[in-house]
This record gives sequence, structure tokens and C-alpha cells, in this order.
Amino acid sequence: MSKLTLKELSKQEELLSGGHRLCAGCGASIIVRQILLAAEDPVVVTSATGCLEVATTIFPYTAWKVPFFHSAFENSAATASGVEAMYQSLKKQGKIKEKIKFIAFGGDGGTYDIGFQSLSGALERGHDFTYICYDNGAYMNTGIQRSSSTPIGAATTTSPAGKVVPGKMQHRKNLTKIVEAHNIPYLAQASPSKPMDLMKKVRKALATEGPCFLNIVSPCNRGWRSALDGAIRESQLAVDTCFWPLYEVEEGKVKITFKPKEKKPIEEWLKVQGRFKHLFKPENGWIIEKMQKRIDHDWEKLLARHEADQPVKE
Amino acid sequence: MGQRVAMTGNIAMANAMRQINPDVCAAYPITPSTEIMQQFSSFVADGLVKTVLVPAESEHSAMSACIGAAAAGGRVMTATSSQGLALMWEMLFIAAGNRLPIVLAMANRALSAPINIHGDTSDAMGARDSGWIQIFSENGQEAYDNLIQAVRIAEHLDIRLPVMVGMDGFIISHSIESMELLDDEKVRDFVGEYTPSRPLLDIQHPRTYGPLDLQDYYIEHKRQEYEAMKNAKSVILEVAKDFSNRFGREYGLFEAYHLDDAEVAIVVLNSAAGTVKTVIEELRADGVKAGLLKPRVFRPFPAEEIAAALSGVKAVCVMDRADGVNAVGGPLFPEFRSALYDATPRPMIINKVFGLGGRDLGLHHVREVFAELGKIAETGKIETLAEYITVRN
Repeated sequence: MSKLTLKELSKQEELLSGGHRLCAGCGASIIVRQILLAAEDPVVVTSATGCLEVATTIFPYTAWKVPFFHSAFENSAATASGVEAMYQSLKKQGKIKEKIKFIAFGGDGGTYDIGFQSLSGALERGHDFTYICYDNGAYMNTGIQRSSSTPIGAATTTSPAGKVVPGKMQHRKNLTKIVEAHNIPYLAQASPSKPMDLMKKVRKALATEGPCFLNIVSPCNRGWRSALDGAIRESQLAVDTCFWPLYEVEEGKVKITFKPKEKKPIEEWLKVQGRFKHLFKPENGWIIEKMQKRIDHDWEKLLARHEADQPVKE
Repeated sequence: MGQRVAMTGNIAMANAMRQINPDVCAAYPITPSTEIMQQFSSFVADGLVKTVLVPAESEHSAMSACIGAAAAGGRVMTATSSQGLALMWEMLFIAAGNRLPIVLAMANRALSAPINIHGDTSDAMGARDSGWIQIFSENGQEAYDNLIQAVRIAEHLDIRLPVMVGMDGFIISHSIESMELLDDEKVRDFVGEYTPSRPLLDIQHPRTYGPLDLQDYYIEHKRQEYEAMKNAKSVILEVAKDFSNRFGREYGLFEAYHLDDAEVAIVVLNSAAGTVKTVIEELRADGVKAGLLKPRVFRPFPAEEIAAALSGVKAVCVMDRADGVNAVGGPLFPEFRSALYDATPRPMIINKVFGLGGRDLGLHHVREVFAELGKIAETGKIETLAEYITVRN
């Protein structure tokens, strides 16, 4: 694994071409470009059904300059398992010589929900691949329905903020923690607002033998009801409020890779998104409090694990 | 040539897989096909095959992994039954639509509810329109022979469609029969080396599989799939001919048993055909012109050949070991009835749903069906178009 420098990256070919049909300002395309730039070896990509797949592969066009396979919504990890298994088989037989790495993409719907079983199975079986969840917190492609990653209080088309129910009433699932329970060699959370951190994590994941997982916050201005040019600002606010801590777990050891100088209140992130507008009415203040409490609790625990896992300085 | 052995249908299928020696095999255990993968896993564990196993966490993922592996560029096989095939259902279409030559060994079993682990063809009939070639087998020998031929059929460049090979759960999957295993070398030679077509692992030529296909292309791609299925008929016969030349066992689109001069005939899949043959022998001894049409290839559906083979028969009973629950008969019935629309002279045709969930089909049931057909042939009148038999009243 070589060191990541901007100079080197500037010479790399972009492997996701322009001209795809993702929305203006979409976080996913930024994330995919960063990932493909960071990959040192050739990669083969599988993808779940979702924005990323439908908008980049409208036949007869494709934005992918790497081999790409989409089969269904819930099985990016299982499909990658098969591709990787065939690679192992053909390599063992001497029919393939090249070193190839495997990346499976899924949105939060295809990862936290319908694709969860297939992800869990593939992680347990130990395939040598990296699963990347670009998490925009709802089924954006089908028209902004809630997912199990949708934050509490968010208004979506299936958890609308109505007269009686003020948006989604449940906390989001902490998938990164669930994935960690699979005891895979490497996993991390990343944000496109910290590209070098994100790309280092990608490089590390691809260089690690066995299954790796990256969960990446991916702003969606359609679903978040936010500014067209806000993706990077919003993903950084997610990091600065500790809604989306940047950390990695390597061989079971936690390391926070970016600590905000000053932890901002969650309101800072909520107020730039129309989907949380109703939370600022006085009667809904309790939801913000509840969310803040959960973030504080999780962050404290993460900090404690980070401290405990750091090597002792002599 | 070959080796005379006594083994179950499952073990025969597993041995075919060993001799085919696929590059990847992804599966999830399900009764009654479990034994296929158990046996094959031990072949892998003993290093008798080069196969990389993917013991998936579900049949949905097993088929997804098969799809990924086949697209990657190698020979891929799996096995399943019943609910497992049903759980694969979504992915069966994707395997066929991507034109991936996956071969699936299937021990046919009833579908829930109520849960039942025994033999009928409800599972295969549920997958009937998924774009897979479907081949059925009367006994372990045929299951073994068909599985070997399936590889050549699936991979043929005019086809590139997945193939499933069925046999009756328990009745065949678990019964020990005397049969012939071919020599490993000869099977290897018959199936040949696999040449991938536009593999995903060809990183020098990156390709996008499974794109979004809108109104402007989807139907053209489905049309290509339809053409491939049409091509399959002649390729299946070509492969069968080569198989017969090398190994001496003859296979066609269906087996016509005493059909040439038959006045009454039964159409039935899988192991029940054996029972029908026994009754035909009895009836023939009594001077009754009884015959059997045992479909081997159900997808593609050889309608013309079926019409030709059954024209001239006075009365035909299509026996379905599955029910479409459309209140007018099992799934084979409308297809055969439709094929016979073009037969001259056109036979009278009735339907019996029988043997669901492994209920035995006795010789007396078959005698009764032939007796009813005799009456129809004589009077030209059908009293009951479709009904359940082998059922408590």
C-alpha cells in the first residue's frame, strides 16, 4: 500500500466519467470518484439497485470505466461473493494472473434493510472484498421513503411530518456497530468532506485481505431538502456534530480519525435540511433533545473505546 | 464402458457435478436436494474437484453468487428444491436475462403451505416462465445424464441460458437404483473446456452488466432471450445426439412410449412415467392401444412436435403433479391443450392433478385413468375435464 498524496491522485484517471445522470450536487458520485481514485489495483464493482446504479448505467451508456455488475436490490454483497469466488477459483487454476480487488456498493436501503442478510452472510464467509454503503438515510431513488438509517424526526414520504406524528419516530440503526460484531479485519466511517481520510480508508480496506466495510455519509439534496451545492458542507456538519463520527476499527481496535475541535450541537446539521424543518416548532423540541442525547451517548462511548484502544506511550 | 453402480438420484447428480468439475458452486441446503451438496462438498474437501464453494446464507444469495460467478467468467452450478427455488425466483430471471449459463440440479418438491418436503413439481412450475431451460428426469440415470448434457446446452453460444434439471424429490432423490456412471475422462471430454464470453474479470475490457434498460431497449433484449430459447430446441437435440453416439443412451424432447399407434395416451413428467409404463405393458397385453408421452424438455416447450406425436390419439390425459390453482387444472394442461389445438386429427383431452406432496400414484390409479380415456375414445364425450385424483374424497 503506497502513501496517498494529492500529487499522485491528480495524475490518476477518473474511473467514473462525467455525463452520468445522478442529480446535480449528489453526494454519491463524489464518493465514488474518491473511492476509485484511491484504488491502486484494478477493481471490479458490483452494485445494488438504487440511484447510483440506475443513474450511471442507462443503456446503451455507462459511466463506469471499470467492470461493473448490477443484479438486484438486496444482493450486492452476495453477487460480489460470487465474483470473488470465481476470481479465487480461476487464480488457483492459473487462468488469471492479475491482482484484482472487489468493491460492492449499496445505498442504505440496499445495505441496512433489504440487503442486510446478504451483507452479513458475505462478511461471515470472509470473502476478500470491500463493501461500501453510501448512506443518505432513506430510499431516495424510489421517492424518499424512510429506511432504517433515516434519522429520528426526519420527514420522508412514508414517515411524513403530519398533524399527529412529527416524522420518523425511531432512532436510526447503527449498522457500523452491527457490522463490527462480524469481527471483520477492517471497517470505518467516512465522509466526502474529508477526502484524504476517506481515500486512506479505502486504500487500507482494499489492501486488507478479507471482508472490509466502509459506511460513508452521502448527502442527497432531493431527500434532505437542502441546497444543491451543500453536499460537502452538510457532510462536514454531520462530522462536526458527531452525528457521523469519523473512525475506523482495525483488528478490533477503535481509532477516531478526526475529532472536531468543538463539537457542534445537532441543530447545526438539522437546520440546513428541510426534512427536519418541523422539529424547530416548540412542541417538537423533545425530538431534537432525544437525538442529541443519543449522539452524546454514542460519542462518549466511542471516545472511551478510542482512549482504551490507543497504544500506551512510553 | 462406465461403471455399474447402485446410488440415489442425489448421489448420481453429485457425481455428475464432480465429473463436470465446475469452477464455482454456491448453494444453501434444502431437503430433498441437500444430499447433492453434502456429497459434492466432500468431493471439494477431498480435493477431487477444483471448485470453490460458496456456502451461502440463503438460496437468494446462493443464486446471486452463482450469477456473479458466472458473469465473472467460469462454469457455475448449484442445487435446490421447493422453497429454495422459490426464494431464488427473483434471481432466476436475472440469471436468464443476463444470459448466464448456470446449471441447477433440482430435486422437485412441494411448496408450502402446508409445509411438505415430498415430491411434486410445484417448485419447477413456479419457475416455468423465468427464462430457464427446464429438463425433467424419470430416474437417477436420466437425472445424471441430463445434468451432464445441461452443461453443453447452457453454454452453447446460440443459447447462453441457464438450465435446471429436475427429478422427483425422495422418490428419485433418495431411492437407490442400479445405474451406469460414465468414465470421468469421457464426461470431461463431453462437456469440454469452458470458454467465457465477455467475462467481468477481463479488466482490460471493462463492461457494464445489468444496466438500466428503459423503453428504448428492454424489449429488444427480451426478444434476444426469446430467440435464444427458440434456438435451444435444436441444440438440445444436437447435444442428445452426441451423447447417444458416445454413450448409447437416447434422449429427445420427450419420450414417446408405445405412442405410434396409441388410441389413448397419458402425458406425465418425472418418475410417474415409470408407473404409467408398467400399466401400458399390461394394457398392451390385453390388446388396449395405450401410450405415454413423457416430456423431457418443458422449456422450451416443443409444441409442434407434441402436436405431431399426439395427433391421431383419440383421448389424452395430461397428468399434473402440481396445481396452478386456476380452478381448471394443473400447469401442464393448458400448454398441452393449446399445442393440441393444431393437431389433426385433434385428440380429446382431460387433466388429472395427482400425487401432490409425495402422495403415491398407484398402478390402479393409472388403470382408472386409462379406463376413463377408453370411454372418452368410445363415446366422444368428456364428463370431467379436470379433477384431482389420488385424493381422499
